[in-house]
Amino acid sequence: MKLTEDEKAMLDGAEGAGRQKAMELLVRYGEALGAERFVDTNNIAGVPGSSNLFMRDYYKDIGNGYEAIYSLFDLDSDVIVPVPKVSAYSCHLQGGMDPALWSEQGMTKEAFEHFQKDEAEVADHGIQLLKTCTPYLAGNVPVKGEHCAWMESSAVVYCNSVIGARTNTEGRESTSAAMLTGKIPDWGFHRDEYRFGTHHIVSEVAVSDVIDWGMLGYFVGDAVQENIPVIEGRISQPNLVRHKHFGAAAASSGGVELYHMVGFTPEAATREMAFGPRKPRETVKYGQAERQRIYDILNSQGTDPNVDYIMLGCPHFSIEQMWEVANLLDGKKLHSGTSLWVFTSRSVKSVADANGYTKTIKDAGGLVMTDTCSAIGSVVPKGTKVVALDSAKQAHYLPAMMGLEAWFGTTKDCINAALTGRWNGECPR
Amino acid sequence: MSVQPSVNKIILHGRGVTGGIAEGEALVTRQTISGWGGINPMTGTVIESRHELRGQSFKDKILVFPGAKGSSGWSAMFHLTRLTKSAPAAMVFNTMTAKIALGAVVMRIPSVIDLDQDPLGIIETGDWVRVDGDAGTVEITKRSA
Repeated sequence: MKLTEDEKAMLDGAEGAGRQKAMELLVRYGEALGAERFVDTNNIAGVPGSSNLFMRDYYKDIGNGYEAIYSLFDLDSDVIVPVPKVSAYSCHLQGGMDPALWSEQGMTKEAFEHFQKDEAEVADHGIQLLKTCTPYLAGNVPVKGEHCAWMESSAVVYCNSVIGARTNTEGRESTSAAMLTGKIPDWGFHRDEYRFGTHHIVSEVAVSDVIDWGMLGYFVGDAVQENIPVIEGRISQPNLVRHKHFGAAAASSGGVELYHMVGFTPEAATREMAFGPRKPRETVKYGQAERQRIYDILNSQGTDPNVDYIMLGCPHFSIEQMWEVANLLDGKKLHSGTSLWVFTSRSVKSVADANGYTKTIKDAGGLVMTDTCSAIGSVVPKGTKVVALDSAKQAHYLPAMMGLEAWFGTTKDCINAALTGRWNGECPR
Repeated sequence: MSVQPSVNKIILHGRGVTGGIAEGEALVTRQTISGWGGINPMTGTVIESRHELRGQSFKDKILVFPGAKGSSGWSAMFHLTRLTKSAPAAMVFNTMTAKIALGAVVMRIPSVIDLDQDPLGIIETGDWVRVDGDAGTVEITKRSA
């Protein structure tokens, strides 16, 4: 790789061992990619220095404090180095437990104390505690063309596609290194020529509700894998929540990091603009049969209609979704033996608190949680066997990770299940 | 008496992504693999619902696959397999992504891409494969031979 003077200086250790180890890792990574240079970034989202019991046990002989984990795991260093404050604007994505309801999530006091200690370290290093998979709903909204280094596939696809900012799906190690250096390989989605569409998707069925956007996203991810779909056809103006569910699903069934919707997303005013010099490799139709198949796949993980857990907030709910759920629950009570956990960011929750939505949900018997989700934290109510979900992404991951049966439907289907204890969802017409 | 070159060996040439040399039995899939939520890093086992390798471990195998998909936790999950000694011995893949490049780096295993023939069409599960990440070559000894 061709390095600039400041990059060479960091690599030579002129800015300390922490930044040196970070540059070493970034150079190894850039060379693996085949990148020729770095790009400067001042917007990084990751999970720096976090550790689980296994990691702390693994490193206990050499050192397993925050800086040790950051050095040995995040920077892939063989020695522990002092980790300086970050030099680029950085935020922490979702973490391991709710800061107040950790006990309900089945976490031990020791685990919570560790969580607090880690959080203090994150703050001390100058990293913003957004604690969400939706940083764009919690104050970190990039602008078009901005070079970012983000983790979290659902946030990455939002950042690239809806905003037109530029990031690859970075990993924990690359984001932690970028926080210390403000550098990331100039490869992939940072470059103009990489951002044009590869596959043409035509929806022959009307796509307007959130569930429809989630199902279309799941279809698209499966159809194009890690490629760049250009979506046209009977799609109507998606709002933030629809983009959020579409992108999260497409990044789960496949590896979609950027999509274009002709007439709706910033790099796709026209089909010609979306494809640029590329010819579509394939045109894929999404019709009634495909839509039904996706619904059936997402509902192939359950046989028992008796639902004991409803999980909402994947990706973390927006304030609009908190409002919707509070309206659906207003004055009602959950079925006995049924739990409802709604996940969101601390930022959105503070507004939900002020608006009374958190109280409405609590009065009905549900809980509003932040920081994590059932999949990320491996947290479900004790004894859960059958879960209801309104997120194709969560339906993709949670049943396999936690050994649960699962149903997928609209937010309303899920709330109905919470109130009756039974799944009555059907593929919407 | 002249030594006959082995007729069973096939050598593919490509670009080394990460250096080093490793050999082992191939585990081949035509499906991309998800890291976080797709594998159990304690055992190197694929756990994704409906994945054709579900329940199989890539520990010490030469993992031959199209590439990475899914969560950005890919590198961290595969990084953990290095700690649990469940990592693949090497990787041979077709599509470059940030996830897989970083994963290969932190697993510290050889990996090769851009081969002159599609490895998924040539290598079968059970073949003996030698990956040279420095030279960018993949040497295959067919199991059936």
